[in-house]
Amino acid sequence: MKLQEIVKELNLDVRCGAHNLDKQVSGGYASDLLSDVIANSKKDNIWITLQTHQNIVAVASLKDLAGVIIVNGRKPEEDALKKAEEENIPIMLTKLPTFEVAGRLYNLGIRGKV
Amino acid sequence: MLQDKEITRVQELTYELKVKDLMTTDVATVSPKDTMNKLREILRIRRISGTPVVEGDQLVGIISIEDLIKCLASGGMDASVEEKMTKKVETLYADEPLVHAVSKFNECGFGRLPVIERDQGKLVGILTKGDIIKGLLKKLEIEYHEEEIHRYRASHIFEDIIADKTSLHLQYNIVGQDFKRAGASASGLRKTLLRLGFHPHIVRRVAIVAYEAEMNIVIFTNGGQISARVQPELIKIEASDTGPGIPDIEQAMQPGFSTAPEWVQELGFGAGMGLPNIKKCADKMILTSQVGKGTELKATIYIKEGGN
Repeated sequence: MKLQEIVKELNLDVRCGAHNLDKQVSGGYASDLLSDVIANSKKDNIWITLQTHQNIVAVASLKDLAGVIIVNGRKPEEDALKKAEEENIPIMLTKLPTFEVAGRLYNLGIRGKV
Repeated sequence: MLQDKEITRVQELTYELKVKDLMTTDVATVSPKDTMNKLREILRIRRISGTPVVEGDQLVGIISIEDLIKCLASGGMDASVEEKMTKKVETLYADEPLVHAVSKFNECGFGRLPVIERDQGKLVGILTKGDIIKGLLKKLEIEYHEEEIHRYRASHIFEDIIADKTSLHLQYNIVGQDFKRAGASASGLRKTLLRLGFHPHIVRRVAIVAYEAEMNIVIFTNGGQISARVQPELIKIEASDTGPGIPDIEQAMQPGFSTAPEWVQELGFGAGMGLPNIKKCADKMILTSQVGKGTELKATIYIKEGGN
């Protein structure tokens, strides 16, 4: 499934990387611990987190993630958006909590590593 | 949408290039006293569809194949060019940026515009829409070619160096407690290695080692250094600090063990996964530490064909 479709289905607010939504998403990962994401996420995963600082961009680019969904209506910090724009990483916002986002992604056919 | 704001290389080039870079300087001209018959011959021989009219070196008009056809129809081929030409000529200055020329072509709808020198008004060339397209394509091709050479050079750097032993030393200074800049060195190293043509799998492992090491320096110390020694067969990463040191390395290596303060953990750092992650990614890892003196990490990643 493409990022674009996920944005539409979950009604996500795309804050940057809007021209990079054509990516095919390989699966999903949900965690707020950066080292955990570094260790366990896979290339082209969509990452669900409540972290908002610019290190999420560093982690996403380090692991070649497809994009980051920030939950609970949290707003990313300015630096994070600037960095994400530089690194071409889509940052998407939602009011939904992590559990709900993960559930909806699962219903769309996005899977985690089992 | 952001993509609308993005400026393409072609748009950028229209600002960089000047009219004189793309114009044709070998211009066929006619004089005002020439007959329309003579004009016909010039257009036929040069296979062009119009020409500036010049008296001395001054531009006085422009005449096109359309004027010639009109003349043929009404049977006045002995008339002088002066009688049939357009006297009010749209022109371009040689030193104008190309973007002006593009908008002028759009405004006036002409196929060609004479180019004059700004001070003297002397005719120095002619610019057609075809010249613009050809010029842009040529410039893009040159740049593409340069980029290709550049990439080739970077990715073959080791093959081009003749020595018994070659290594590239990259060093990054890490500022302690600076969470905003944390990760910048690892990301710089990652980009550099990709540019050097290393396999993405190798680069990812090196970058994870560097990132976790950088994070540890930022979280726990007042600063330190990370260096990468890049050799054709391996990449060695060394991280050192003068920080507090690790009292029990075996304990620190346990996944989940962390001494990071709570506020740092809330940021998502200090999960007690850093050292285990480094160990997982490195082929060889040596960690030495002295309480009160500092910590030194040495990690080696071997480069094999295929990247794994």
